[in-house]
Formats: sequence, structure tokens, C-alpha cells
Amino acid sequence: MDDSILEMRGITKTFPGVKALEDVNLKVRRGEIHAICGENGAGKSTLMKVLSGVYPAGSYDGEIVYDGQPVRFSGIRDSEHVGIVIIHQELALVPYLSVAENIFLGSERRGRLGLIDWNKANADAGELLRSVGLDENPVTPVGQLGVGKQQLVEIAKALSKDVRLLILDEPTAALNDTDSAHLLDLLRRLRERGITCIMISHKLGEITAVADNVTVIRDGRTVETLSLHAGEVTQERIIRGMVGRDLESYYPERESHPGEEVLRVEDWTVWHPTQDRKVVDGASFTVRAGEVVGIAGLMGAGRTELAMSIFGRAYGRNTTGRMYVHGKEVHPRNVSEAIDAGIAYATEDRKHYGLNLIEDIRRNISAAALHKLASRGLVDGNEEIKVAEGYRQSMNVKAPSVTSIVGKLSGGNQQKVVLSKWLYTDPEVLILDEPTRGIDVGAKYEIYTIINRLVAAGKAVLVISSELPELLGTCDRIYTLSAGRITGEVPVGQATQENLMELMTKEKELAA
Amino acid sequence: MTRTVPPSSEPEAQTATAPKDVAPAVALHTGTSDVRALLTSNLRTSGIYIAFVAIIALFTVLTDGTLLSPNNVTNIVLQYSYILILAIGMVIVIIAGHIDLSVGSVVALTGAVSAVLVIQQGQPWWVGVVAALATGIVIGAWHGFWVAYVGIPAFIVTLAGMLLFRGLAQQVLGNISLSPFPQEYGRIANGFLNGLLGGNGYDAFTLLIGAIAVAGYAVSQYRSRIARIRYSQPVESFPFFVVKIVLVAAVVMAFAWQLAHSRGLPIVLVILAVLILTYGVITKRSVFGRQVYAIGGNLAAATLSGVKVRAVNFWIFVNMGFLAAIAGIVFSSRSNGAQPSAGNMFELDAIAAAFIGGAAVTGGVGTVVGAMVGGLIMAVMSNGMQLMGVESQIQSVIKGLVLLLAVAFDVYNKRRAGASR
Repeated sequence: MDDSILEMRGITKTFPGVKALEDVNLKVRRGEIHAICGENGAGKSTLMKVLSGVYPAGSYDGEIVYDGQPVRFSGIRDSEHVGIVIIHQELALVPYLSVAENIFLGSERRGRLGLIDWNKANADAGELLRSVGLDENPVTPVGQLGVGKQQLVEIAKALSKDVRLLILDEPTAALNDTDSAHLLDLLRRLRERGITCIMISHKLGEITAVADNVTVIRDGRTVETLSLHAGEVTQERIIRGMVGRDLESYYPERESHPGEEVLRVEDWTVWHPTQDRKVVDGASFTVRAGEVVGIAGLMGAGRTELAMSIFGRAYGRNTTGRMYVHGKEVHPRNVSEAIDAGIAYATEDRKHYGLNLIEDIRRNISAAALHKLASRGLVDGNEEIKVAEGYRQSMNVKAPSVTSIVGKLSGGNQQKVVLSKWLYTDPEVLILDEPTRGIDVGAKYEIYTIINRLVAAGKAVLVISSELPELLGTCDRIYTLSAGRITGEVPVGQATQENLMELMTKEKELAA
Repeated sequence: MTRTVPPSSEPEAQTATAPKDVAPAVALHTGTSDVRALLTSNLRTSGIYIAFVAIIALFTVLTDGTLLSPNNVTNIVLQYSYILILAIGMVIVIIAGHIDLSVGSVVALTGAVSAVLVIQQGQPWWVGVVAALATGIVIGAWHGFWVAYVGIPAFIVTLAGMLLFRGLAQQVLGNISLSPFPQEYGRIANGFLNGLLGGNGYDAFTLLIGAIAVAGYAVSQYRSRIARIRYSQPVESFPFFVVKIVLVAAVVMAFAWQLAHSRGLPIVLVILAVLILTYGVITKRSVFGRQVYAIGGNLAAATLSGVKVRAVNFWIFVNMGFLAAIAGIVFSSRSNGAQPSAGNMFELDAIAAAFIGGAAVTGGVGTVVGAMVGGLIMAVMSNGMQLMGVESQIQSVIKGLVLLLAVAFDVYNKRRAGASR
């Protein structure tokens, strides 16, 4: 008799232009803790969304067998009905509602006349809280609890739904060490109660400590499933599975001739805008002319926060540190001063932070440097078209004209518009945050070519990426960032995915 | 649903692109003449004009032609000018993703300030005008401060302003109406420029101004067409271009003809025309205007492009206060006095005009010209129904439905285009 509670066979999920999952297989035994790991963008979260019905049956190929039965979920309610509960990385709690209200949201404890029986709800909630080891009053608003406790409330909520298969997406990403340890402990206790857990995590230390098996996913495919029982599987072994692919000819050749230093950042510290913690902690780095410098870090390491705080303090509070452009100290206090200082930042999230999707190409390209087109406050519309047309051709933006609406372009072409916009500001240093996220292989190659052209023209480029091969293929030097600290600086000649991953997962105390 | 549209299926692809550096002579024969393609690709904007023409035609028939009679055309201009002035400011506020509920009260307060100075204290008429404008600007700055620098949603700030300035208007007037204004003040809204060039039963000066407007329009359209061709931008075919100019010319001259046969060129129409032209340029061509669209289209992206969002938001509201003051002056001049309840519900007419004129509820979209047409649609409907003797409660029902349908049309269009997702 097969003792697996879940089997996913040959799962393939395609988004327009991108194959997110290809023939993925996953087998989870009853009552185990099964870890899933892989690089950012490998397809872990997509796989879990397929499993939980966020992507309904029919929108993917392949088969899901749950408890011996083939299942086809058309929504998250279907999967919850059979006891599959997913806890997303972004917690889905309503901060103004009480713990009890959150726990029973959608499955309210009804009494007579269909009204909610609050006494029963609060009593039940109290019991659930005790079972997850949380000593809080059920009527406390969730917003008053810390992130760690909120995570436990989520688990209590899952338990209230008679969960049999609990999926946790990066449960400890936002937790401190004590809260993480507490959570892992709880997972072990749940296992004793016979609840199966699937845990997506980057933290290999946690995985080897708590999981029974680990499945490694890479580029939307399953690489392998390793059993951690024998104790012979090391973190290095998992890393090899995660990154094991060759660079091939993904990346155009480039000769490196770094010149003088363009950007120097010293002792840069940034606090979280609302929480009492440092997101970037004493980071120092330099970028030279004609050089591509990479910043490698896992999700939550503070990469974007570092970049945005440099870019006119667009993120965080109490930002301290020194910053020099061409050896001269600058203090940009807002984005327009940062642009004037010669800094450009192309965001990782072009749809929300990079582009005005309802506008056309021309107006997006000119948006950050309108003053260059204007005299006495009036924009020269013809000159604007000429400029935009120039970029459309040099960047090879595939669109019928510069008056095409940006929202209708493909991801790769949108990214070229973002790059055009920042190039038009004529920056000294260009910060590219995930420059190839969500775009197809061909367009990626074009973006890399553009980067090469920029550095050949003497620009300084800082690339932030969660794809290590991308950094290895494009950069001259790579800094690693872990929990807001720079944990290493490696010339690309000495860098391997393995040693970078090691530096990226370095824990705080080791980094100090 | 995400849909990737291959570039070739976009409407722009159907328009021929002229080669670079073509001489104007060649340019006459370039461009698309596919009327249907042009109409569908611009349905969002052209739909409103079609609706406007249809409504005028409908009410012309229903009122046996009275709607378009010289005196009635003049009346429409005089009666609804202040709503149109408010709509200019309102559409800018809406493009930036805000709303202003206070303009009716600001109309009352600025009119009241002017009336107290001119009527009660016997100051010259222009003192009232200047004081009203200053009051409007200060009120705008007050709103702008709370919205831009404190970060309170404009809905709340201007809802508070609506109560606050209504109360102040009543306070300033001591809760009584003041009238009448001296004759000079009354001329702002009721005066005409006529007889300057004479004419037999019609005012030649008005016709001349109409002709100058037509010529100006034709020249500017032609120059922009030549420039577009030089920069390899798609243009409509030359015959289509000519038909468009002739149509506009016919409408403007017919309008001028009717005015000339009534009392001549209303001064308030001159004020309105200057404002529309000025704000047309500001919204379409100025850096400030671009930043307004950028903020409304994607606030985060605008911020990260170096747009000083707070300053822009502040000036948007200062401008709204300024225009509300002009509307207040025009309204007090037209009603020849100031009443504590003046301008009641004007904000809703102005907001409706902007939305009917194609402004998007979510911000980032809208034009001054659209808002003017939207305002005129409301004006023609109200006026037509009044002429027909429709009861005011039914008028209200119909106007409400028109507003709802206009925005539903906008939402439907956007979903079909799927541009923003």
C-alpha cells in the first residue's frame, strides 16, 4: 500500500510567453515534513498555487492525486474542503479584526438564528491558540501581534479547518531566530499529530533540521527528491541541486575595462519604515566606470531596500551612511535629487513602480527627464517623439509606434522602455533591480547586450538579481547580501554558485 | 485574463507611417482614410462627440428647433459657463486621482466676499474680483496643504471644506442675500461685445471672432500635421483631414452666426475660451500637466521618476481654488448678488461633466476638451428639458442615468482594451 498522501504527476503550467512549470513531479508521504527548495523564480510558489487550486484545474496539465483519489480543484475552497491549507508568505490576516475573528473568518461559529456565537468562537479560538503554543487573548486585534505570533494565528486558523496537509510558503522569512525556532518546533509537534507539512524555504539550515525529505526544483522542473533521514545529505548537496546548471551561451561576451570609481557607498544603514529593525546594516560597496557589479541575496536579504534607499531615500527611514559619486559626497534627499546626482534605478516591479501602463511609450520614456524636453515649462512634443523613436530603434522595442500603450507590450519590451527611460536621464550609475524578471530568454539576451553596451560606453552598472547564473554571466564583481549585511565580495573569476550561495545564506553571527 | 496582443493586431498598425523628411506636398496623400478604423481606435474619445451631436439633434427635434435658436444658444452659454469653468479645474483634480467636493461652497464664499466688498462697502468692482480670486487661491492652498503635505484623502479634505466654506459664506453674508452689484460687475457674466463693427441685424464683430477662431484652428491643425509627418507619426488621410476642418469650421461659424443674431459675443464666452485654450496647453504640453497625468496613471512610478508629487498635488488644488473663484465671480455677477446657498451642488455638476467627458475614475485619463463636452451635454440636456417643461425631479433622474451610463461605457471600454492589466 502506498503511504503517500499527495502525488503530483507531470504538472505543467504555462503563462503567456513563459513556461513556469514543466513536467514537475512531487510525492509527499503521509505525516512527513516535506521541504521544497529552489532559487527564486524556480516555480515553487506556482506549484503550490496549482496544488491549492489558486490556479484551477484545467489551467495546467498533469494530475494531482490526493489521498489515493485524483482531484481537480476549481478554487481554494475545494482544496480546503479536503484539508489542504496554504499559508502564504504574505499573511492573509485582517489586522483590525480579533484573533478569534480572523481564525473563523469564512467559517464562522454559528449559533441560534444563524448569528455568530461569540462565546463559543472565543473559547474555540483559545483552545486552538493553546495548541499552537500561543498565549494570547482571542479578542486581541491581530495587528497588535508581532509577525511571529501572526504566523501562529495563521496556523491556528488552518487547524480550525481540520487541516491534513499544511503548506507553508517561506514561513520563517520574516521571523527572528527565536520565533523561527518556535515555529519549527510547532511543525514537529504537528507532525506527531499526523498532519503532513509542505514547507517552502530558502533556509537550508532549517530544512536539514526539520524536514524528512526535500524536493529540489530548478527552472520549473523537479531536479531530485532527497531523503534527509540518513543524515548524509548536506547543505552543499542541496545547493548543488538548486544551482546545477551551466551558463552555456546565455550571456553575450564582454571585455572588462573598469575605469575610475563612480559610486561609493559607505556604512549604509536603513531601518524598516514601520517595524523596529534594520533592513540594511552597515553596507559598503563601490562601482567603477565600465564595470558591472552584482548584488546577490535571497529574498528578504534587503537588496531592493538597499537600492531604493540609495535612490533618494525612496525606501525606509533613519537612513544613515555616506555616498559618493565620482569622489564627491552627495546627499540626495528625494528621487529628483538622486536623478540629478546621476543615479538611476530601474525597479524590479516594472508594472507597479516602473511604468505608467495606461500611457504610451513616448511619455514613459520622457517621464524621468521631462525638463530636458521643456523650455519655459512647455514640453516640445515633437522632440519628445524623436527621442522616443531613437530609443525604440536602438533598444529594439517591438511596437508599431512610440504612441503604443505600454500596458499592451510584452514584459521584455516593457523592460526596454524602462531602460530607455533611465538612459534618457543620462545617469552616471545605473541600478538594475532584477532586470530580466518575467521576460523570456530571447529578450533576456537583448537586455544583457544592452548592459554590455552601457558599460562599454563607460557607465557604471549595479545589477541586483536572485538568479546567480545571471550575475555570474554579466558581472565583474559580486557582493553577497544576507540579512541586510554585505557578507562577501567576490571577483567573478573566483565566484561559483556554490560559494555565493554559501555567503548568501550565512547567518548573522557568522557574518559579524 | 492576461492577453498578449501581437503588435500587428493593434489599431496603430493599420495606419500607414510616412517616411521621414517628406515634403508637405507628398504629405497630402499619406495617412489612413479608413474612417471605421479611426472611429473604433478613438471610440473612447469620439464616442462623446457622437453622443453630444445625438443629444443636440434629439432635443432640437423635441423642442421644434427652439434649442438652437439664437437666443437660446446664448442662454446656454450664459447659464452654464460657471459649471464649465469649474469642470476645467475638476478634470485636472480627477486626472491626478483626487476629487473636490467643496467647489460649490467655494463659489458661494468667493461670491460672498466680493459682494460684501462691492455692495456693502462700496468698493470698485475690480476690488471684489481681486479679493474673490485671492480667497479662492487661499482656499485652494488650504486643501492642497492637507491633501499633499498631510496626506489626507482629498475626498475627506474637500468634504470638510464643503461644510467649512459653506458655513463661512453664510457667516460673511450674515445669512442674508446681498444685491444688486453695480453695472460694471454685472457685465462680467451678462455683458456682450457687440456693435464694434456694426452690421444689419447681426453683429459683424462676433462673426469676425468666429472666423479668426476657425482660421487659428485650421492653421494649428495643419502645422501639427506637418510636424507629425516630419516625425514619422501616423496621420489621417488628407481628405479626412480637410473634412474634419470643414466640419469644425461649420459648427463654429454656425454657433457664431446664432450668437451674432442674438446679442453678440458674451464676455463670459471670451473668458471661457481663454481658460479652455490656456488649460488645454497646460494639460497637454506643460511639464506640470504631464506630471498630473503621471501621478494619476501610476503614483508609485511617478514618485520613482522624480516627480515631486506633493508639490504637484498642492498646485492642483490651488488651481482648483482659483478656478472656483472665477466661477464664483461669474455666478455672482450673473445672479447679480450673493446668496448664502449659492453654488449648491455645483461640485456634482462639475464632477459629472469630467466623468461624462471621459475622465477615468481611477485617474490618469481625461481631457479639458472632454470635460467641456461633458459639461455641455449636461447643459443641453437640462436646457432642452426645461424648454420642454419636464419637471425638475424627472430632469434629475435623467441626468443621473446619463452620468451612470457614461461611466459604465468608460469602464466597459477599458475592460475591452485590457490595457492596464
